[in-house]
Amino acid sequence: MSAIEYETVIGLEIHVQLQTKTKMFCGCPLSFGDPPNTHTCPVCLALPGSLPVTNAEAIHFGLMMGMALGSELAPRSIFHRKNYFYPDSPKAYQISQYDEPLCLGGRLGDVRIHRVHLEEDAAKLVHAGGSGRLHGSDASVVDFNRGGTPLAEIVTEPDLRDATAAAEWLRMLRSTLRVLGVSDVNMEEGSLRCDANISIRPVGTTELGTKTELKNMNSFRYIERGIRAEAARQEAIVRAGGRVEQETLHFDPRTEAITSLRSKEDAHDYRYFPEPDLTPVAISAEMLDRAKAALPELPLARAERFERDLGLHAESARLLAFRPELGDYFEAAIDGDGANAQPVANWLGNELLSRLEADADPAQSNVAPVALAKLVAMVSAKQVTQGGARQVLDKLIAEGGDPERIVEAEGLGAVGGSDELAPIVEAALAANPDVAEKLRGGDMKPIGVIVGHVMRETKGRADGGEITRLVRSQLGL
Amino acid sequence: MTDVTTLTAKQAADAVAAGDLDATELFEAYRAKAAADELNAFTWVADNAPESNGATQLPLAGVPLAVKDLFCTEGVPSQSGSRILEGYLPPYSASVVQRLTAAGAPLLAKTNQDEFAMGSSNENSGYGPVLNPWDRTRVPGGSSGGSAAAVASGAAPWALGTDTGGSIRQPAALTGIVGLKPTYGSVSRYGMIAFASSLDQAGPLTRDVTDAALLYGQMTGRDPMDSTSLQHPEAIVLPTAERLDGLRLGVPEAITGEGIEPGVFARFEETLKLAQELGATVQRVGLPHAEYGLSAYYVIAPAEASSNLARFDGVRYGLRAEASDLLSMYTKTRHDGFGDEVKRRIMLGTYALSSGYYDAYYGKAQRVRTKIAEDYRNAFETVDLIVTPTAPTVAFALGAKTADPLEMYLNDLFTVPISLAGIPAISIPAGLSDNLPVGFQMAGPAFSENRILGAAYALERAIGFDATAGRV
Amino acid sequence: MIDREQVLHVAKLARLELSDEEVGRMASELSSVLGHIETISKLALDDVAPTSHVVEVANALRADVETPCLPRDVALSQAPAVQDDGFLVPSPQA
Ligand SMILES: [Mg+2]
Ligand SMILES: [Zn+2]
Repeated sequence: MSAIEYETVIGLEIHVQLQTKTKMFCGCPLSFGDPPNTHTCPVCLALPGSLPVTNAEAIHFGLMMGMALGSELAPRSIFHRKNYFYPDSPKAYQISQYDEPLCLGGRLGDVRIHRVHLEEDAAKLVHAGGSGRLHGSDASVVDFNRGGTPLAEIVTEPDLRDATAAAEWLRMLRSTLRVLGVSDVNMEEGSLRCDANISIRPVGTTELGTKTELKNMNSFRYIERGIRAEAARQEAIVRAGGRVEQETLHFDPRTEAITSLRSKEDAHDYRYFPEPDLTPVAISAEMLDRAKAALPELPLARAERFERDLGLHAESARLLAFRPELGDYFEAAIDGDGANAQPVANWLGNELLSRLEADADPAQSNVAPVALAKLVAMVSAKQVTQGGARQVLDKLIAEGGDPERIVEAEGLGAVGGSDELAPIVEAALAANPDVAEKLRGGDMKPIGVIVGHVMRETKGRADGGEITRLVRSQLGL
Repeated sequence: MTDVTTLTAKQAADAVAAGDLDATELFEAYRAKAAADELNAFTWVADNAPESNGATQLPLAGVPLAVKDLFCTEGVPSQSGSRILEGYLPPYSASVVQRLTAAGAPLLAKTNQDEFAMGSSNENSGYGPVLNPWDRTRVPGGSSGGSAAAVASGAAPWALGTDTGGSIRQPAALTGIVGLKPTYGSVSRYGMIAFASSLDQAGPLTRDVTDAALLYGQMTGRDPMDSTSLQHPEAIVLPTAERLDGLRLGVPEAITGEGIEPGVFARFEETLKLAQELGATVQRVGLPHAEYGLSAYYVIAPAEASSNLARFDGVRYGLRAEASDLLSMYTKTRHDGFGDEVKRRIMLGTYALSSGYYDAYYGKAQRVRTKIAEDYRNAFETVDLIVTPTAPTVAFALGAKTADPLEMYLNDLFTVPISLAGIPAISIPAGLSDNLPVGFQMAGPAFSENRILGAAYALERAIGFDATAGRV
Repeated sequence: MIDREQVLHVAKLARLELSDEEVGRMASELSSVLGHIETISKLALDDVAPTSHVVEVANALRADVETPCLPRDVALSQAPAVQDDGFLVPSPQA
């Protein structure tokens, strides 16, 4: 067995359902779980004689995405017909951009964008119930509500090197698109769909290996597991001296099995040609201005601002910026004052979040941003110990309120200067003569006993460092 | 009292507007004739006249309209001459049909046609061939053969047709009536069952030039439902000028008489002389790429058709052949539903678009198209209109050309390049050869319909064509 | 110039069943038409832009405004087979 190390090369193809009011090429309202075939018209049913007309808002969203990703915006782009027969494709062709897309190039984080183009979604094919048997064989039922929903397809360069990074990057893309407001980017509901092009190559080599396309993994977890499984499959093939076949694959998250979707026998020939029913899209200065004006601060920019202006660590900055609701809570808490920024970020990121449901918005909790900020300030001012503050936070979660009041009411205030603490320490030493003896002898190991004793006495409101200092001075060490 | 169906549409409209003629009586007269039609010109005829709700005040004053089968008409069979759409009832009407109904022209009938407008003889209809009223052993031309026969025979005052490579002009020529193929985009295609999207264009088939101007004027206009539709830059006026002083006519150098029936060429030359007598000048123009028009057309049109007709898959409407698996359902449905010519063009177009052939065929044909459009633009620097015979022959016998598709295609030699250029052209009757009508074609720059109609009107008066022999 | 093999491949792309006799006829008819079309292959037009729209219109865009949908019974009214308020088709997997 060779000792060659392999690296995984990953490129992503992401389909995003755009949040327009109506479909890509007709005026039917978008549909979410409505009764089947209630959102159709002659155009999206591909009735004879009907013609498509492009939704201007989809172009607008496309331009916003292009700007957010730093793409080159094509002054003129056109639509093609991608011809294939399938019941979810009523015209038997998908109107999609081909060699003249709306956005070319760009980058998000350290992944280059190859292109962003617009197209239309397919209809839904659902397996017919038992009675749906046609001549004894299975049958399906087509629901055209989803057919024609505007899609943006984002294609990256093969810049990702492992499954975790791919999932991480996809999260970054998702929050970027969410902040843009062009899509609700929900993987479970299919408004964000990801395919991965995967190949492996010996570490240190530059030429790309044969890639396979792993289709429609509908959660971040599946994407990670799917890519890992496929990379392993490829490596096994190569190590066994075999060759990876270029094919489209399906990953089954339950069994982790990877199966080939299409046999070569009906190799695809989409017969692309320019859609004669549509005219070119020419981008005017007005369209560009409108898209620019609509751009909010994007997660990456916000993270940079948090680091630069508030001195947050990179990890905190990204955590808060890539979850917009956390960023907003954080900014409300510090209220423009950078002094406590990092501690507030820590308390929000570690203590508060760990007390809420996963992905919950802290703004919806009982803990007001100002309350958290005040609590953090009291900790820094040693008015309350970390331990005390945690108890205050529990109380805030339970019934909200003002940390200062809670500290008073519950008597959780830190036991202040040595005068208050000294007698307690003295009592503790007296209560543990053997320990005191050891300490006097210079063996500091058992000091924990004394600290623990004092903490018990003060209900954890004393400062550990202060206790140690007092022990040493009282024993003349 | 006189037979109201002998009136032209304009005369009838004026009579109705003046209160001298009852719109319902007019409709009934035509309805009776259409119902008694023996030419197989119609695929559907209205049962009774619609309430003429103030139609008399409208521009078309209640003059009934025959409409080619491929225009979708709400609740009325719209089958595009194909068995795959047998009995299909659309839930909406084509934009142009809505416009004309709103302008006061009620739907009289749907007319027979070559299947999906693919043909030049109407022998490709899934509902049987249409006979030429001048000689029932001959074809009326196609693909708008039903509309042409209906108007020529007097069973309809006027009709809508569509022209992709000559499908209005050629049948108009072969039946002795007027047919106008407007500038591409000047009439909405919404609701027209597509053949070749970049070429299809609706237009009027009428008894005379005035009727053509009247009907076209109500058809044209930008339609938000058709991205490729355009607003005509000027209003369409009814022509009145009787002379052609200063009009420069161009005859393509390729028109030498060779490959044209002698009788047809004779009528063409006589018409040129008449034009000169009316003050026009005649000169030669070069259209260096026109000779490649037919080749480019028979790549582009089938390619677009192969995609446009892919939606006929037995799922949402039309015929379905029963089968237990999806692939056989598709292939059997399309085998049973499409006729030979349609299959031929689907195959040709699919081949031309298939991987490895696109550049050699579709890509190349689109470049030829660019050159042809250029040729016409250049020619119109030196002439106002380009004139040719509409078709190289008069109406031919049923079955005469069905054996050899290529020979059938050659019928469109003079009409196809104009379609590729997207420019308007008209065919008017220029006399008879062997007692069969001969068509004279005039083409102009984009949106020059007024100029074309004006010249056609003056020539029409000078020619004084007698259409009565074609009436039933 | 186009043989039975190619005819069958193209027919599959076009989802068109052809009888044996049709395959043969198609091969010869397409060949003769393609033979005529070949005339354009001689032309040197690489520097010429292809035309998809003779009359170029840009930006025929639609405002993002709802228009009424078809009632479902109307949408389904012309379908050869209907079930569960949808269009019934043989399963692609079958
Ligand atoms: Mg796509
Ligand atoms: Zn729709």
